[in-house]
Amino acid sequence: MQSALQKGGSRSESRLLSAILILALCLTLAPVLRLFIEGVTDQGAPSLSLVKSVLAQGSTLNALKHSLITAGLGTLVSVVLGAAFAFLVALTDLRAKAALVFCLMIPMMIPPQITALSWTQIMGPSSVLLKTLGIAPPLGAPQPLYSPEGIIFLLGIQHMSIIFLTLRAGLRAIPQEVVEAARISGARGFRTWRQVVMPLTLPSLAAGTAITFVTALGNFGIPAMLGIPAGYVTLPTLVYQKLAGMGTTVLGEVSVLAMLIGAVAIVGILVQRFFQGRQKLHLVGSTSRPLAIPLGSARLPVEILLWAVVFVILVLPMFGLLATSLVPAYGVPLRLDTMTLASWGEVLFRQPVTTRSFANSFSLALGAAAVLMMICLPLAWLMERHPTPLSRLFDSLLDLPYALPGVVLSIAMILLLIKLPFTDATLYGTIWIIFLAYLARFFAVMFRPVQASLKQLDPAMAEAAQSVGAGLFQRLRDVILPLSAPAAAAGAILVFLTAFNELTVSALLWSSGTETLGVVIFNLDDSGETAMASALAMTIVFVVMALMTLIQLFSRRFPKGVVPWQT
Amino acid sequence: MADIDITSLGKVFAGAPALQDITTRFEDGEFVALLGPSGCGKTTLLRLLAGFDMPSSGSIRIGARQVATATKMVPPEERNIGFVFQSYALWPHMSVRRNVSYPLEIRKLTKPEIAAQTDAALAATGLTDYADRMPSDLSGGQRQRVALARCLVSAPDAVLLDEPLANLDVALRASMQAVFTDFHKRTGATMVYVTHDQAEAMAMADRIAVMNQGLIQQFDTPQTLYERPKNRFVAEFVGRGTVVPVRAIEHNENQLHAHILGARIAVKSEAQSQVSHVCLRPENLTISETGDLRAKVARVTYLGGKYLLETVSSCGTRLLAETRAKFDVGAQLGLTITTPWAFSED
Ligand SMILES: Nc1ncnc2c1ncn2[C@@H]1O[C@H](COP(=O)(O)OP(=O)(O)OP(=O)(O)O)[C@@H](O)[C@H]1O
Ligand SMILES: [Mg+2]
Repeated sequence: MQSALQKGGSRSESRLLSAILILALCLTLAPVLRLFIEGVTDQGAPSLSLVKSVLAQGSTLNALKHSLITAGLGTLVSVVLGAAFAFLVALTDLRAKAALVFCLMIPMMIPPQITALSWTQIMGPSSVLLKTLGIAPPLGAPQPLYSPEGIIFLLGIQHMSIIFLTLRAGLRAIPQEVVEAARISGARGFRTWRQVVMPLTLPSLAAGTAITFVTALGNFGIPAMLGIPAGYVTLPTLVYQKLAGMGTTVLGEVSVLAMLIGAVAIVGILVQRFFQGRQKLHLVGSTSRPLAIPLGSARLPVEILLWAVVFVILVLPMFGLLATSLVPAYGVPLRLDTMTLASWGEVLFRQPVTTRSFANSFSLALGAAAVLMMICLPLAWLMERHPTPLSRLFDSLLDLPYALPGVVLSIAMILLLIKLPFTDATLYGTIWIIFLAYLARFFAVMFRPVQASLKQLDPAMAEAAQSVGAGLFQRLRDVILPLSAPAAAAGAILVFLTAFNELTVSALLWSSGTETLGVVIFNLDDSGETAMASALAMTIVFVVMALMTLIQLFSRRFPKGVVPWQT
Repeated sequence: MADIDITSLGKVFAGAPALQDITTRFEDGEFVALLGPSGCGKTTLLRLLAGFDMPSSGSIRIGARQVATATKMVPPEERNIGFVFQSYALWPHMSVRRNVSYPLEIRKLTKPEIAAQTDAALAATGLTDYADRMPSDLSGGQRQRVALARCLVSAPDAVLLDEPLANLDVALRASMQAVFTDFHKRTGATMVYVTHDQAEAMAMADRIAVMNQGLIQQFDTPQTLYERPKNRFVAEFVGRGTVVPVRAIEHNENQLHAHILGARIAVKSEAQSQVSHVCLRPENLTISETGDLRAKVARVTYLGGKYLLETVSSCGTRLLAETRAKFDVGAQLGLTITTPWAFSED
């Protein structure tokens, strides 16, 4: 307390900091703690018997094996794709880099269940697109994506942006002089890359790989859409199946499974932190000018190749999705005379479930963005001005609910809220449990951009207001809020975007009446209503692209580090 | 209007003392300059006065009010003081007029009062024509004047300024010094002005507090600081000169003689004090063939209308003299020393 007072000298600030910090701690870290306690106790007494029995089950070990295989190999695909793009974009004189970067970010922003759905629409015997083109495999042929390979491939595409972003950030931190010095001493293209650039970027590549693995491990949409039909179960889908099949009677068992995923994820997060800490060591010099090694005559072929890849992984599946959404019944080929907007009309205006889920997802996402903005803005500012041991601890842990797989957080939330303390009330089955889970999960998405912008704010701005008599709330309202508004807006749009699309958390927390868009797409596809699922998915893709364009348009006005694809 | 009383004030940052046991008093309406080398604690002292930081020990009183002790303090927003930042700290999202009127909005004045007082402050700083611009569209000097107008508008009891001119070029600095002096005359507010430019401090301040290593070494008028430094640090930091040790001392009648650099010379000092060093300023040295000391010219610098000679005496001490005539490097001179200031250094 004393040290907190010394820096800013205002008691009201310290009091407010403590209050918001406690609120934030309860929101983000209490569920994780609750889950941990559940796993190691049995009816209140410390016990590991449940852990032992769950771990001994064949299905657990099988799912663990499947999770490790798909996440591991999927990460490998991401690394190959993402690293190739990152090196070419960051180091060479390719044209239209900004457009390329923007396109590469889209797979990350499109929810995994839609990625899976769109890819199944361009492959297999009933693909509308293939039928229209007359190249569909014969009926009865298997859908090639309903397999471990399909899961691996799509996980790889889904998460290549993560590798791309971290590696590009690492490459940008390399001072141009370092590469120039190598070239002046006679090292040529490939040699410079292998002996100078590569060693310097290994830490960021390793950090990116670790976090990609953690994300792939927690992915629910892709293994659920592709693996469940094939009977190939990973840990997140196992948890889902158990909970959907037997309800909360298996809560203890699924807690153990969630802890198992969490444990593997934490290893990954620790590896990532380790390598992140080793980045940027010994790198001094200006990084103002980006590197642009001339590709010479290879430039055009390389550009064509890169855009072709973008076309295949981004545009083609979207065409598939669009084609499916425009036919009257799944499997009918798309022709001018068969084209219809019936599915669109159905999902957008007629089906009560889909319209309800629009309202649910919209209000959940908007509410989460608004509440998180109100918490994060003052909190980030106060933590910047009064660093206390508690606030530093929180700073290092607040990413956890976002980094941990969504299944883990969902189970933790159920445990925490299924029976509220001192009452018989429960939040399980209401929309509030989803809302609280969103607040916990997307806290970091809002907090980090705001924090980045406040770090760049001159503390004299607030002090000047203080010296002319402005109290704490006046300073927050008149100075801090307007000055960090762009970052807060970007953070809010990102929260909205991610929450609007989210499936993993709500898949375990929804009940009739509280469906989210992600859940509805999954259920529609599951019950064979693929055309409607596609129409709904297409709508979401448009919303995502519109919001991303909005951020992109205003990106010049945001401080550095606020827009994730412009680090 | 208020005087400022500082008692045994100390501030420790993470175990390292930045200010040690400062006791002093700034009179009501006085223009005080805080002068000292980088890192001596000037900003720290100013921020304690403003209330941005809390003292580790001691206390501060402004006017009749105790504003800070090591355990309790009045927050800055309740102290009615003005603060002018080196970085100006204008709010970039508000126009010049809104920047200036904001303190009045905080004080919940009526609309017409706010307009009238804002106009007056803008006029006083010559900013009337710029009232509707954004701070980003102003030059450095104009920004500094907005900062000043913002602090003037609420009639603070005391105004604290942290190197307000450090970001401006030399010509602009001179004209802004006039703006500050005017401002002080008009408002009569107590002003504490941090600078490490001694010419600036001498030109504006009624009294200057020379600081070093977290302590006030001497707090006096500019003339006293220059002519009667209390210790070696002040003698060397303020103005040009050389401090030399005294070998022996003779008291006779009311004249004090000291043996320095192998010569016996009449000196001035505080009444009945022990002296150990003298401060030889250029004014104390005249060039004459029959001088007490022999010296050789080591460097000549043209100061405009006169030359500064850096000479080395026969015993190896570096002495500074000023002449109208030009000497060549290597020339031999005689120097006469006339009644320098002697002080005791403990
Ligand atoms: N927030 C802080 N944390 C730790 N040490 C500090 C802090 N602020 C100042 N110091 C230390 O206190 C000492 C005095 O600093 P201060 O800023 O008062 O110097 P100054 O006289 O204003 O110097 P300058 O002329 O360079 O502005 C310095 O050694 C500085 O490193
Ligand atoms: Mg300073």
